[in-house]
Amino acid sequence: MSAAKTLPAAAAPERRVFAGRLTQARVLRSEWTKLWSLRSTRWSLLFAVIAMAGLGVLIAAVSMSRWSHLSPGDRASFDSIDRSLGGYHLAQLAIGVLGVLVISGEYSTGMIRSSLMAVPRRLPVLWAKIAVFALVTFVLMLASALVAFFAAQAILTEHHVNVTLGHPHALRTLVGTVLFMTVTGILCVALGTIIRSTAGAIATFAGLLFVLPGIVDILPSEIGNSINPYLPSSAGGAIAKAIADPHTLSPWGGFALYCAYTIVLLALAAYLLVRRDA
Amino acid sequence: MIEVRGVSKRYGEKVAVDDLTFSVRPGIVTGFLGPNGAGKSTTMRLILGLDAPTSGTVRVNGCSYRDLAAPLHEVGAMLEAHAIHTGRSAYNHLLALAQTHGIPRRRVEEVIKLVGLEDVARKRVGSFSLGMGQRLGVAAALLGDPATVILDEPANGLDPEGIHWIRNLLKGLAAEGRTVFLSSHLMSEMAQTADHLVVIGRGRLIADTSVAEFVRRASSEANVRVRSPQASELRKELVGREAQVQSIEEGLLEVSGLTGEQIGEIALEARIVISELTPLQASLEEAFMSLTGDSVEYHADAGEGNESAKPVRAAA
Repeated sequence: MSAAKTLPAAAAPERRVFAGRLTQARVLRSEWTKLWSLRSTRWSLLFAVIAMAGLGVLIAAVSMSRWSHLSPGDRASFDSIDRSLGGYHLAQLAIGVLGVLVISGEYSTGMIRSSLMAVPRRLPVLWAKIAVFALVTFVLMLASALVAFFAAQAILTEHHVNVTLGHPHALRTLVGTVLFMTVTGILCVALGTIIRSTAGAIATFAGLLFVLPGIVDILPSEIGNSINPYLPSSAGGAIAKAIADPHTLSPWGGFALYCAYTIVLLALAAYLLVRRDA
Repeated sequence: MIEVRGVSKRYGEKVAVDDLTFSVRPGIVTGFLGPNGAGKSTTMRLILGLDAPTSGTVRVNGCSYRDLAAPLHEVGAMLEAHAIHTGRSAYNHLLALAQTHGIPRRRVEEVIKLVGLEDVARKRVGSFSLGMGQRLGVAAALLGDPATVILDEPANGLDPEGIHWIRNLLKGLAAEGRTVFLSSHLMSEMAQTADHLVVIGRGRLIADTSVAEFVRRASSEANVRVRSPQASELRKELVGREAQVQSIEEGLLEVSGLTGEQIGEIALEARIVISELTPLQASLEEAFMSLTGDSVEYHADAGEGNESAKPVRAAA
C-alpha cells in the first residue's frame, strides 16, 4: 500500500502520435495478416490448389488410357471441359471448410473479442474477412483451373478430344467454376458467423451442398425434378458445367440464385454479428 | 475516464450486473474487486462494447465504446479469458491488431520488448504458459498507447517477479495520467497496487472508496487482544459494556466492539492489571470477505437464488 500518493492533477500523458484512426482499408490489411499467419489456412489452400489443378489432369490421363474400353456412347458424350475442371468438387470442400474457419476459429479461441475490441463497429471485420478470403480463393482457384484446363487438354490430344479455351462454353465454364467456388467460400464465412461453432457450420455447409442433393434425388422424380433446380448445389453448379443437365437453371440464372442465397445468409450474419454479445 | 451509469445486464433469467453506477478516474489505479462470479468480467465486457447492457449507459472518455474513432488508442484491454488465436504467433497476433489502426511494426516490437517476450514472439501462442499468455495480453492492451487501460485479473498466472513487474507498470501508467482499471478477487493484491476501490458482489455496488479509507474502516472494526492475570474479572467488566469477549486461553481475551484505549481505561477504573493490550489489524482479506459476504446474504434473502453464495461469517 503506497501511502500518501500524490495525484498528478490531470497531467496529460505523454502521448506518442501514431497514424491512428480505424479504417476499412486497415482492417483489410489486418485480415490479410490473420489469414496467412495460420497454418490451417496454408494447408487448406494448398490442398485446394492441388485438388483443383491435379484432379482434372488425373481424370484426363485415366480416360485416355481407358479410351479403347469406352463404349461408343461414352465416347460421344465425353465432355472435355468438365473432365478437366472436375477437381473443383474436391477443392470446394477445402474452400468451404476454410471459409467457416476464418470466423469460427476466432470464436473457438476467443480471438473474436480482440478483433471486436479493435473494431467495435464489427461489420468492417466481416466485410474484410469476406473480401480477403474471396480474393485469395478467386486468384488461387483461377490459376489452378487454368493449369488443370491446359494440362488436361494437352493429355486429351491423344485421342483428339481436346478443346481450346475458344470452344463454346469453355471460358464460361472455367470462370464459372472459379466463381462458384468463390461464392461458396463467402457463403461459408456467413455460415461460420451465424453458427459460430466450427463443427456446426461445417456440418451445415456439407448438408446444404452435398447431402441435400442426395435426399432430393431419392424423392419421386416429379417432385425431385421440380425442387432440384433451386437447390444451392444445382443452382450454383449450373455455371460450372459446360453442357447443362436436365432440370437445372441456365448457367447465369442459377448462379444469380446461388448469389441471392449467399446474400440472404450474409445479411443474417451481419445482423447477428452486430446484435449478439461477443 | 470510464463512467458506468445505472447499468444492468441480464442473461436470460440471471442478473449478472444490477444497476451499477461508478466512475473510474484518470491518474490513479482503480481496483475492481469482488468474489468470483460477482460480475466483474461482465462489467468489463459492457465497458468494452462486447456485450450490450440491458439498461443503463457506459461511456469511455465521454463516448460509447462503439463510437470511438480509434479504440485502441483510447482503451487498451486484456480480458481474463485469453482473446488470442492459439495458432498464431505472438508477433502476428499483435501485428494484426496493430494494422487495424495503422500502428507501425516498430511499436509491435516495442511492446513485445516491454513485456519481455522477445524470445518467444515468433512461437505459436498455443505453446505459451499462462504467465506468457498474460504478458501477451498486456502487450496487446498497451499496443495503441491508450489513455485508458483495463485489465481483468492481470496477476493471474504470473510468478512473484511478474507480479512485481505488473504492479510497477500499472502504477507508472497511472502516474502518466492514464486511467487504470483492473479487477481482482484478491484484496491483498489490490491493496498493494490500487489507490481507489470499486467493490461489487452479486452484480451490485458494495463500496466505492479509496484504499486508505477501506483500510481505516477495516482496522476500526478490528479486535483487541488483552492479556491479564485477572482475565475473568476483566471479562465481566467488558461484557457489561456490550463488548464481545472471547477467551482464547488462560489469561488471554480477544475483545471486539471496543478500542484498545477504551479497554485500558475500563481496566484502570476497575483496578485490573493488564500485561498486554494489542489491537489486531484485521486483514484486508477478511474485511473484504465480510463486506462481500454481507452482500451475498442480502441477495439470498431477496430471493434471487444463491448460487456462488458464500457462507456468511459469523460475528466474533
